Amino acid sequence: MSNIDRRNFLKMTAGLAAGAAAGDVLAAAKKEAAAVPALHLKPEKGAKLRVLRWKQFVQGDGDLWLANTKKFTEKTGIEVRLDAEGWEDVRPKAAVAANIGSGPDIIISTFEDAHQYPDKLVDVSDVCNYLGAKYGGWYDAAKAYGMDKGKWVAVPQGCAGNAIVYRESQVKAAGFSSFPKDTDGFLKLMQALKAKGTPGGFALGNATGDGNCWCHSLLWAFGGKLVDEKNNVAINSPETIKALEYAKELYKTFIPGTLSWLDPNNNKAFLGGDLSLTYNGISIYYAAKNSTDPKLKAMAEDIQHAHFPIGPVGHPTELHLFFPMMIFKYSKYPNAAKEYLRFMMEKEQYEPWQQAANGYVTQPLKAYESNPIWTVDPKNTPYRDAMKIMIPNGYAGTMGYASAAAMADFIVVNMVAEAASGSKTPKEAAEAAEKRAQRYYKV
Amino acid sequence: MRRAAPLLKPQDTDAVRRLLENRNFLGFIFMLPGSVLLLLFLTYPLGLGTWLGFTDTKVGRAGQFVGLDNYQFLLGDAVARLSLFNTLFYTIVASSVKFALGLWLAILLNQNIPFKSAIRAVVLLPFIVPTALSAIAFWWIYDAQFSVVSWALMKMGLIHSYIDFLGDPWMARMSTIIANIWRGVPFVAICLLAGLQTIPPSLYEAASIDGAKPSQQFWYVTLPLLTPIIAVVMTFSVLFTFTDFQLIYVLTRGGPLNATHLMATLSFQRAIPGGALGEGAALATAMIPFLLAAILFSYFGLQRRAWQQGGSDK
Repeated sequence: MSNIDRRNFLKMTAGLAAGAAAGDVLAAAKKEAAAVPALHLKPEKGAKLRVLRWKQFVQGDGDLWLANTKKFTEKTGIEVRLDAEGWEDVRPKAAVAANIGSGPDIIISTFEDAHQYPDKLVDVSDVCNYLGAKYGGWYDAAKAYGMDKGKWVAVPQGCAGNAIVYRESQVKAAGFSSFPKDTDGFLKLMQALKAKGTPGGFALGNATGDGNCWCHSLLWAFGGKLVDEKNNVAINSPETIKALEYAKELYKTFIPGTLSWLDPNNNKAFLGGDLSLTYNGISIYYAAKNSTDPKLKAMAEDIQHAHFPIGPVGHPTELHLFFPMMIFKYSKYPNAAKEYLRFMMEKEQYEPWQQAANGYVTQPLKAYESNPIWTVDPKNTPYRDAMKIMIPNGYAGTMGYASAAAMADFIVVNMVAEAASGSKTPKEAAEAAEKRAQRYYKV
Repeated sequence: MRRAAPLLKPQDTDAVRRLLENRNFLGFIFMLPGSVLLLLFLTYPLGLGTWLGFTDTKVGRAGQFVGLDNYQFLLGDAVARLSLFNTLFYTIVASSVKFALGLWLAILLNQNIPFKSAIRAVVLLPFIVPTALSAIAFWWIYDAQFSVVSWALMKMGLIHSYIDFLGDPWMARMSTIIANIWRGVPFVAICLLAGLQTIPPSLYEAASIDGAKPSQQFWYVTLPLLTPIIAVVMTFSVLFTFTDFQLIYVLTRGGPLNATHLMATLSFQRAIPGGALGEGAALATAMIPFLLAAILFSYFGLQRRAWQQGGSDK
């Protein structure tokens, strides 16, 4: 005990405090749980379910979701066929299923899919109200993604949180004893890292996940937004220009080649030891920690996580990859499907699943904040708050066809990449984005 | 025991027999399965796609007829115009190089060389490997951090920083074109080789008796007789290149800065992940005139009998 230094002491006490706070939430949740009457959904006789989900990024997630599904079949006798596809392929499949009225009973897709065809989805308000009451309520972002016109059209599964993933030793070597919390400090850190020859970098290619997440977070951090509250295109603003000027300075500090980066590139470069800092899910840390390679194991020790820096707007502006679970109206067994989703979201299934996924998925229900996965390893903690502080896509307008299409067309990513690389001035890039966005947001 | 009634009465069998002896009817019957397949799986989807291009159909929502709205928008859309330029550039450069390299390779393989059949089999390899797989290999070769090419050149001391194969617009265009050429050359080479082997050796004998030099033999014997095959092969090659999708999708997704977005990849991006089925369909339909032009050019431009037979065109 004699070698406890100040830093470790602070960590320990912080952990204790967090644990105490978590204990309160837990107690509250337990109290509520007792008060919430059980939900009696009557699964149809002989029901069989087909579920399509996004393919896991971390193995434990896929394994335990499957194990929980088997548990459900054992308990209820309802057969479930679980298929998994790459997350970018689920959205088109869900769209086709919605279009032709046939396909899996449940699809676990991404972002605002439930808002693209809400009238094709089964109302799951009973399940969501029950879960919300039992588990401390839903975060605002979960409500935004899951509710349409006052009723629930999707059960939020959670989100794949992103955070700044960095090498502690390299950040320290660049002269930073703690990780900067604001955009100004962050730029200075990136410049120092570059000067030390250990640059960081974010994806600027057409990377659906990483590119969209950090570019939107950056744009919002400076008060820029694609549309205003009334869905009028508002991207060509002084705030956007400021964000783009910042991006231009930031890009100068990046490792070469980020314009070509797709989603896997930063993982590869980071684990290859070429990259000191990036924006990613917990999957990099998971891969390093669970590797048998001693070099990667040592890297895991050195990996730290931090929230995306806060910009002039003064509050977090993170965007994360969200997963809605939708039951389609063509399903012959809507009650069995609801029962399945309820079962999977209950604490007995959900928390072990989060643990198996090593915190890859952040909960949409507040009570699961106390899941020990977030505190057992302090490096996991920044991912705990992803749902709590995230801003939904389509901000500041509403979600729907236009916001999904604008994201799929990489309007914001392209704008940031154009301005950052200097192929367009910030003003020109914002104007081009404005023109493109207007197409989707025209009434 | 009751005897089952015969399926056909005698006068009927006569009629059927007469019908079956009718060549026109028989031809119709034989063609029916093929026509049904074509209509069902080719004509109908093509027609539906064309129709969708004139509507504002969104994924999950039926659309209204909007006339030429989609096309009008695409004309004014900088990304769509860029994708048209990219597609034309990609097709013209890749097809020309594939033709030149393919013809060269075919002529080389047509010579008497040791291990001829083994070499011919090896040449086909890039064409046999599934595109998605070879694209992934190229993705590693072109990687900004792990490129084996950059690594080798660095070790040799020829360059001082890794080459940004896919991060610079023009580099990315050229890199994707090279990958496409690598994959497409075997097809052109093997087809042209087959064509070369149909040219009777007696013609070369006659030419050499007349004192034709090798270059003259190529221009006045080989090329004219190869033209019909060239027309077919290059039509296919242009069509494949113009509609390329997998390679771009794996390598760049159309990035950087949309510099490698082809019409096919942009059409997919807008229609399926983006949900604008009508607009995506319009973009796909806009490819048809270019493809038709390529086909018409090869049939009317390259299959001129008179020229092949040594005469001149009227």
